[in-house]
Amino acid sequence: MTSPAPIAEQRETSQPDPAAVPALSIDGVSHAYGPRRALMDVSFNVQPASFTALLGLNGAGKSTLFSLITRLFGIQTGRVGIFGHDVGKSPGEALRLLGVVFQPRTLDLDLSLTQNLLYHAALHGISRREAAARSVELLNRIGLAERAGSKVRDLSGGQMRRLEIARALLHRPRLLLLDEPTVGLDVKARADIISHVRQLVSEQGIGVLWATHLFDEIMAGDDLVVLHQGKVLAQGPMSRVVAEAGAQDVNTAFMRLTGAQVMPGGGA
Amino acid sequence: MSSITTREAPRGFSAAEYMTCLTGIVWREGLRFLHQRERFVSALVRPLVWLFIFAAGFRQVLGISIIPPYETYILYEVFIAPGLMAMIQLFNGMQSSLSMVYDREMGNMRTLLVSPLPRGYLLFCKLLAGTAVSLLQVYAFLLIAWFWDITPPPIGYLTVLPALILSGLMLGSLGMLISSGIKQLENFAGVMNFVIFPMFFASSALYPLWRVQEGSPYLYYLCEANPFTHAVELIRFALYGQINWISLAVVATCTIVFMIGAIYAYDPSRGLARRGPAGGEG
Repeated sequence: MTSPAPIAEQRETSQPDPAAVPALSIDGVSHAYGPRRALMDVSFNVQPASFTALLGLNGAGKSTLFSLITRLFGIQTGRVGIFGHDVGKSPGEALRLLGVVFQPRTLDLDLSLTQNLLYHAALHGISRREAAARSVELLNRIGLAERAGSKVRDLSGGQMRRLEIARALLHRPRLLLLDEPTVGLDVKARADIISHVRQLVSEQGIGVLWATHLFDEIMAGDDLVVLHQGKVLAQGPMSRVVAEAGAQDVNTAFMRLTGAQVMPGGGA
Repeated sequence: MSSITTREAPRGFSAAEYMTCLTGIVWREGLRFLHQRERFVSALVRPLVWLFIFAAGFRQVLGISIIPPYETYILYEVFIAPGLMAMIQLFNGMQSSLSMVYDREMGNMRTLLVSPLPRGYLLFCKLLAGTAVSLLQVYAFLLIAWFWDITPPPIGYLTVLPALILSGLMLGSLGMLISSGIKQLENFAGVMNFVIFPMFFASSALYPLWRVQEGSPYLYYLCEANPFTHAVELIRFALYGQINWISLAVVATCTIVFMIGAIYAYDPSRGLARRGPAGGEG
């Protein structure tokens, strides 16, 4: 509509490996809600087996970007690829390699844990028998096996999140998106979820895009994309982004890049 | 791109995967329905109130002459039973659309729409699931109505099934089409006033159309143009083992048009996109 047509320029990826297809490639993506521009010429990649933190304040455009990647909104300008499959042109092939944990909870509260997992598996065409086996395995991994038959309503916030992550992994995706998955959780639940997702990266080689506004969730070896008011201000390995901003830590780097007032306590 | 080894080859989806998806969606809709007992009860009470109270009261006021598919004089209760069956489906279709608005607000819609299967197919499955739920309600109503001396020929219970599936799909896709235009849950009261009531009253559900024609020719034309009238007539004839071809054609055409409209409205680049971010923007 009113969004400009940006020139898709090749950008430097954080892990230069020309042979590998990125798990996720965002290329010159712009998006507008009527006159309001939510994203402006956003480009970055997420490599397989990497943890990429998408850092931005509320309203930076993170959720819009997630909605574009997951085909909830149509892509107006630019291109989104998942392992080389264009989300706009072959969404089926792209989406089957993608697992998502949305920011709002999206479980059926009145159904049991297993029923929620089986429903999701069915949406991916996974046969009932296979789905049941995978559900047991995943519930074991997240330590909720003995709750398999209870209603989701009776779980704690952290347990629901763990279940949502398990659900997102049910169809064995190779790219996992998480939109502020730790919001509203206590310290212990947060730590559990972060370590679980990092394990998925290191052990299973899953590419992770983790949207957050909490600086303390980012570690030195992570890739970082700083999104502010719909624009990518910086990207690359965290240490480089911090160094280039002339800062000592992510917190200060983010503040310098965005000019934002950062509140104490590591959050923005 | 093709030279790069790590790219997954497209493999499409098998018929079995499509089938698994369909049964999964119907199964979930059924489970949700069973968990909402109030919904089942109110879906049954509504037509029964009409049958037990309204029809009993109007029995003396409205005389019904012999019109097809009936071969004898019938009681008013017998006449409105097909209309009430269609009413169950009308409410169910609108309620499914309400639940889609709710799902969209709560984010549940997202889990459906990120399935890799084609979006049109997912919405079709959702419609079939809603129709399946309406069938449960209609047959429960027929069972109770049987004790109230509404006894169509036994074969009618079978021949009405395809008619109910078609009318259920039509009303469900109409609801889905409407739901795509509803921004918030609260606006559903408007659907009641502007969709359900006019459709129900300006139809052949409560009175034969020749009666309407005597009273007001304009209302008669309105009733004839109302797809709900044809859903009612399709069900009425099918319940007596007959086919009303005009109604069949109208209902089938409307189903296709509404369904295409609903799928179009839920297309990511159009319907949902215009509405701005769903859920929290952050």
